[in-house]
Amino acid sequence: MEFFRIKRDIPFMRHALVFNLVSLVTFLAAVFFLFSRGLHLSVEFTGGTLMEVSYTHPADLNGVRAAVEALGLKDVQVQNFGTARDVLIRLPVQKGVSSAQQSEQVMTALKAADASAAMRRTEFVGPQVGDELATDGLKALASVVIGIMLYLAIRFEWKFAVAAIIANLHDVIIILGFFAFFQWEFSLPVLAAVLAVLGYSVNESVVIFDRIRENFRRYRKMNTVQIIDSSITSTISRTIITHGCTQLMVLSMLLFGGATLHYFALALTIGICFGIYSSVFVAAAIAMWLGIQREDLIKGGAKKDGDPNDPNAGATV
Amino acid sequence: MNRYPIWKYTIIVIALVVGFLYTLPNFFGEAPAVQVSSAKVTIKVDAGTKLRVEEILKASGLAADFVTLDNTSVKARFGNTETQLKAKDAIQKALIPDAANAGYIVALNLLSRSPVWLTSLHAFPMYLGLDLRGGVHFMLQVDMQAALAKKAESLSGDIRTSLREKNVRHSGISRNGQTIEVRFRDMPTLGAAKALILDQFPDLQTIEAPDGTEFKLTASIKPEAARRVQDQSLKQNITTLHNRINELGVAEPVIQQQGLDRIVVQLPGVQDTAKAKDILGRTATLEVRMVDETSEARAAESGAAAVPFGSERYLERNSQPVIVKKQVILTGENLTDAQPGFDSQTQEAVVNLTLDAKGARIFRDVTRESVGKRMAILLFEKGKGEVVTAPVIRSEIGGGRVQISGRMTSMEANDTALLLRAGSLAAPMEIIEETTIGPSLGAENIAKGFNSVTYGFAAVAVFMCLYYVLFGMFSSISLAVNLLLLVAVLSMLQATLTLPGMAAMALVLGMAIDSNVLINERVREELRNGASAQAAIHAGYDRAWATILDSNVTTLIAGLALLAFGSGPVRGFAVVHCLGILTSMFSGVFFSRGLVNLWYGRQNKLKSLSIGTVWRPDAGNQVAPQ
Repeated sequence: MEFFRIKRDIPFMRHALVFNLVSLVTFLAAVFFLFSRGLHLSVEFTGGTLMEVSYTHPADLNGVRAAVEALGLKDVQVQNFGTARDVLIRLPVQKGVSSAQQSEQVMTALKAADASAAMRRTEFVGPQVGDELATDGLKALASVVIGIMLYLAIRFEWKFAVAAIIANLHDVIIILGFFAFFQWEFSLPVLAAVLAVLGYSVNESVVIFDRIRENFRRYRKMNTVQIIDSSITSTISRTIITHGCTQLMVLSMLLFGGATLHYFALALTIGICFGIYSSVFVAAAIAMWLGIQREDLIKGGAKKDGDPNDPNAGATV
Repeated sequence: MNRYPIWKYTIIVIALVVGFLYTLPNFFGEAPAVQVSSAKVTIKVDAGTKLRVEEILKASGLAADFVTLDNTSVKARFGNTETQLKAKDAIQKALIPDAANAGYIVALNLLSRSPVWLTSLHAFPMYLGLDLRGGVHFMLQVDMQAALAKKAESLSGDIRTSLREKNVRHSGISRNGQTIEVRFRDMPTLGAAKALILDQFPDLQTIEAPDGTEFKLTASIKPEAARRVQDQSLKQNITTLHNRINELGVAEPVIQQQGLDRIVVQLPGVQDTAKAKDILGRTATLEVRMVDETSEARAAESGAAAVPFGSERYLERNSQPVIVKKQVILTGENLTDAQPGFDSQTQEAVVNLTLDAKGARIFRDVTRESVGKRMAILLFEKGKGEVVTAPVIRSEIGGGRVQISGRMTSMEANDTALLLRAGSLAAPMEIIEETTIGPSLGAENIAKGFNSVTYGFAAVAVFMCLYYVLFGMFSSISLAVNLLLLVAVLSMLQATLTLPGMAAMALVLGMAIDSNVLINERVREELRNGASAQAAIHAGYDRAWATILDSNVTTLIAGLALLAFGSGPVRGFAVVHCLGILTSMFSGVFFSRGLVNLWYGRQNKLKSLSIGTVWRPDAGNQVAPQ
């Protein structure tokens, strides 16, 4: 089998501006939704109590809500979780009531209303932990960004590092934008998925940059745009196949992983799709506009010629 | 050119054998077991206990697969749950004659069904997290400010005593938060007091300031001493929690420090959260009372007469009865510390108690009146009292420093100090995070994680085999080896596997295939450009390596950041993610090359490779597969 029968290099860079505009619009939309709607943060971040209760028959959500509200608890959210028989109840942090009492009160009330109610899981997070998780998440994001930029700057060149990070941070924002737009629950595993995607899409850009460097060495006569086009063209089959394989795995998680892994897999799916787009269409274009040239990458060659301004040129001791 | 030296194949074989051995225990599943561990500091579980358990089982005619002794417990594994429950009853009956005063914890547990020879290799199945096996998780925050305030309170009492001993006249000592303020009428006295404090209290630093007509000396705890206090408080709280959780009869409780001021408690298999929370939050109380030494009480002690009015009968730890008065002199609240030590003169093992200011004052008054009499220190837990120690008062004790001595081994002194400390928490704690997972959910989560990995793997393997034919097969085998090694490493490290961890496993397999795709695409490209079969393999692997390294490093950076800053579920994800990337470098490059070399390396006149269709744009026709 061979899916990719490409006769000539595809002129990706000719349409770089259009691709980047598309990117920019999506990015701005994501930022807009992030600010206008905000993320629907899970209990881990906001603090509060989460209870998963299962019934032997499809649950009556209104009945559950009424039973919980009868306890005098405010802002209770009740929804189905995975199946019609499972119910997820969210309670905000209540002043003066310990989590222990709260979850037990609710459970007793639900059991009284319907004896088949069975506790599957409860989770309580104090408000102090939530804040900390948010700062830790940002710290993790910052260190991933810095770490990757440093590595790329050392291994390639700063222009590549900047291009890769811009392209991939925009993926991250877009994932967050999706979560804000659809009000999907943003939990800790989703945060992990987002950061994993950042590392993963950067490696996508790395593969292309690697080929650009190699082609600069090999084809002395091509100009930068041609080199980039040729590099993307020759790696595109690998890009699609690899992402396809990863997506197969993620799809399997989406189908078989149940409700707990649902949003995790969803975040990865969006990340993988935009990861392809950004590394193929965005990263290389940014690197091109930043003005990469052969000399940036082939340090050995540049040294041999010598720096004309070097006062010690030609001097040997 | 495509041949591996013998040593490379040796490495591959060793890695496979080791990987297989350590993955193996995961397939055997778990069998019901009974675990016996110590409920008290004074009772040690050793070879003797193991013998007793064996005898009990023999006597009741129950056959255990085996009985083992590890660091802290004796475990017996059984064929089925029925025998397990019978054995638990039998052991409980024999080892714990008095349920109210249990010396051992007999708990149900699950032990790996893997054969003994595997266990002796330290090959254990992966450790499953709470979300996979069910149980309760608590995170408790220790109120360090309260611990420091308590320390300052005890120090202010000490300062008061020292100043009095040296005849330094002050006009008031008060504790203000975590600082101690001492007022003086004139500067010289303040100077003398300052010198004294700096000399006798190395943990304090002082600031002086005029305060109206008087002079004020403010002493505060030095940062490094404060850190020490916090550290000790945390350790003491952990010890106390250990003692309390022992009562729950949990087979493998986890009680760990997290960060500077947090404690994580995990109780696998526990479903009754209410009871668990009750026990965690309970404060055991310590009481100091006088021993009733009237003749009636003496008679009551030997059982000859009734306990006199106003007194109660308690047992000492060696089961010796002691009659103590009901009136409480001091409670554990006034005890700030208890440490084992040695008497400087007699070299006897002693326990040093430190009381706070109020306790010290009461203690001085009581001991002044009762020299030669006995006093008892009682520990109340679950509403049941026990005399920890009942020493004779030798002289008036002022200053809040009490030494208990006499016929103790240093071991006993250690245990007594621990018991005294365990009576109270050093600082109040608050539950800031709590998770309960029902057992059915745990089993479901395992199935979900397992299915995700299996079906995902199968889909990727089928695709690779279709698209790259034989090379795809090699890639799939490498991917399987990656999974094998990853599970082996996780089992070896006994890292905790959680549902996010299983997700990471699936994800890392999806990412690991990248290396093989890179290599296979590269080999095709070389063939397309007209390279010979052997040269294409060589160049393909060679050129792909740099790219694989770069891309794995960037992924690893993200993984490490998650490991460093993540907590809970994120950490479980990050551990598997990072380890999976590392094993994928071995399996995806080194191992798969080994396979290719083994298959093609010896064929000198190799014409073509089985890597699917290699399409050439110039000819317009394709090189036939194979």
